[in-house]
Amino acid sequence: MIDTFAALAHGMAVAVQPMNLLYALIGVFLGTAVGVLPGIGPALTVALLLPVTYKLDPGGSLIMFAGIYYGGMYGGSTTAILINTPGESASMATALEGNKMAKAGRGGPALATAAIGSFVAGTIATIGLAFLAPWLVDIAVRFGPEDYFALMCVAFVTVSATFGDSPIRGLTSLFIGLTLGLVGIDKLTGQARLAFGVPELLDGVEVTTLAVGLFAVGEALYVASRRHHTEEKLEPVRGSLWMTKEDWKRSWKPWLRGTMFGFPIGALPAGGAEIPTFLSYSTEKRLTKHPEEFGKGAIEGVAGPEAANNASAAGTLVPLLTLGLPTSATAAMMLAGFQQYGLNPGPLLFAERPDLVWGLIASLFIANMMLLVLNLPLVGLWVRLLAIPQPWLYAGILVFATMGTIAAKPSVVELSMLAGFGVLGFLMRRFDFPIAPVVVGLILGPIAESQLRRALAISLGDPMTLLQSPISATLLGIALIALVAPFVLKGLGRFKANED
Amino acid sequence: MTSGDPVQPQRRVDRAGLVIAALLAVLAVVLVWDARRLQSAAMYGMGPEAMPVVIACGLALLAIGNFIDALRGNLPARESADPVPVVLILVGLALLIAIIGLGGGFILATSALFVTTSAAFGRRAILIDAIIALVMSTLIYLAFDRLLTLSLPAGPLERLL
Repeated sequence: MIDTFAALAHGMAVAVQPMNLLYALIGVFLGTAVGVLPGIGPALTVALLLPVTYKLDPGGSLIMFAGIYYGGMYGGSTTAILINTPGESASMATALEGNKMAKAGRGGPALATAAIGSFVAGTIATIGLAFLAPWLVDIAVRFGPEDYFALMCVAFVTVSATFGDSPIRGLTSLFIGLTLGLVGIDKLTGQARLAFGVPELLDGVEVTTLAVGLFAVGEALYVASRRHHTEEKLEPVRGSLWMTKEDWKRSWKPWLRGTMFGFPIGALPAGGAEIPTFLSYSTEKRLTKHPEEFGKGAIEGVAGPEAANNASAAGTLVPLLTLGLPTSATAAMMLAGFQQYGLNPGPLLFAERPDLVWGLIASLFIANMMLLVLNLPLVGLWVRLLAIPQPWLYAGILVFATMGTIAAKPSVVELSMLAGFGVLGFLMRRFDFPIAPVVVGLILGPIAESQLRRALAISLGDPMTLLQSPISATLLGIALIALVAPFVLKGLGRFKANED
Repeated sequence: MTSGDPVQPQRRVDRAGLVIAALLAVLAVVLVWDARRLQSAAMYGMGPEAMPVVIACGLALLAIGNFIDALRGNLPARESADPVPVVLILVGLALLIAIIGLGGGFILATSALFVTTSAAFGRRAILIDAIIALVMSTLIYLAFDRLLTLSLPAGPLERLL
């Protein structure tokens, strides 16, 4: 406990250095600006801005990253409320009620409750992160390679199979990612896998190339292909920006309840923010004194899910920082950000670079505060970004997306891969395959393989080592249950449906 | 979301789903084929060829799963898609790759992509878009080259700056 306070105070001292404050400010500014653009969620925001941070020092750029991450979340909710196009599925609940509020001329209070709710949830969840992290690190140092492998199996299953619409399609996405993770030189034996004699492939598939291709290029292709279907309409912010006393009274409990859903579910490797936001939405719908307003613009339906969304975003940083385990596309991009500097999140990083980790955690508080200030009075500025005509918007997004790759590796092969991943992303959207598992598979696949091989080398090739460690055996059991459960439950659901 | 609806009037075989299943099966075969040339150097434990085979088995199972889904018509409903804009954007990407590959530089390459994408989204003022694109990419080039000191590929236009 005392240690945590000391570490956090130390981190705060790092975070308030003028240069780091400036990085945080640039981060939240860029993050909000890019996050506000329709169709761009936090994961893509981070992926697009990775090359910008390339030449900065690791400490400053991670702080900038944290700002981008939180800024992207705030920006996304603005888009969800003012035009009914959530940049990610976790903002869907916000769009449901928030857009109705904006249509009814209550866009101001909707934006305010989303921003303040995000602030409350982000702050509480970051405190949770600060206290949970050291405790988890203590457990994580005892993990052997077989335990890490088992933990990654849990993450694979929960991210792809357990909570999606279709476990088959989720697992298909995951295995595409795992396949991409094989490409390149095998680190233990130096042999090339799936490189087909192309020298550029020997280094493996770049995470940013995959993410930008799948998210940015894929999204642009998808939106272009169905342009004839939808007409986006930007709701102007009318009336007062401020919440009335009644709004406050109706918002504060949903904020806290949303945080309670969001943080634990985000901190468990349970895959993303969709579940807590929808849990929060349905809870608020059940508890409200104004059930008639739901579906027509109830403020509780914005306050709760938006808090849950932000709390779970901070929650996913717990497994990311303590175990190096990304459980959402955004967390995967953050991991790519660390790896850019040769840093590997995990217990070792807490021991070796406490200034970096705690500086990052402390700067999350600061970013959150900056965002509240930046978002409420400046909302008019962000709204103007939404008015960019769609042709220029997507043309600009594509230029920016390719620019990252051109700056990092200006080769024909790399750019062709970017285009290829764009086509893959388009097809996956069209046929409703989830995208996050591909990114998680690419990042975690090689790590899981090396942990497994290390475990087997230590045990002289005896696979029973996976079951002899109690931690590993338990985790593998959880993974198995999480894998089988959706199939069983689906079977039960069908059985029930037939009974009716 | 509608796939769980038990009272769907007709369930037709989904042809796109069959193609997806076939592609997954092909991918599995490629993995095994590629893994066969690897030498297992490990004394004990697993060599580099083990994981590709495991993943290939997973892909093969998923190919079967997707095949069954496609036969039952279990894929979610799709809206009609307009191929023209998709092709236009892909042409833009191809132009960008060609210009970079041939040493035409960053500004020309990204301008080509900007104009084609904008056209894909329904704009017809190509000349104006071209001017906007050239100005924007020149500014990006200068910002990256001078401020962030990241090197972007230079062509004839960049050398004039």
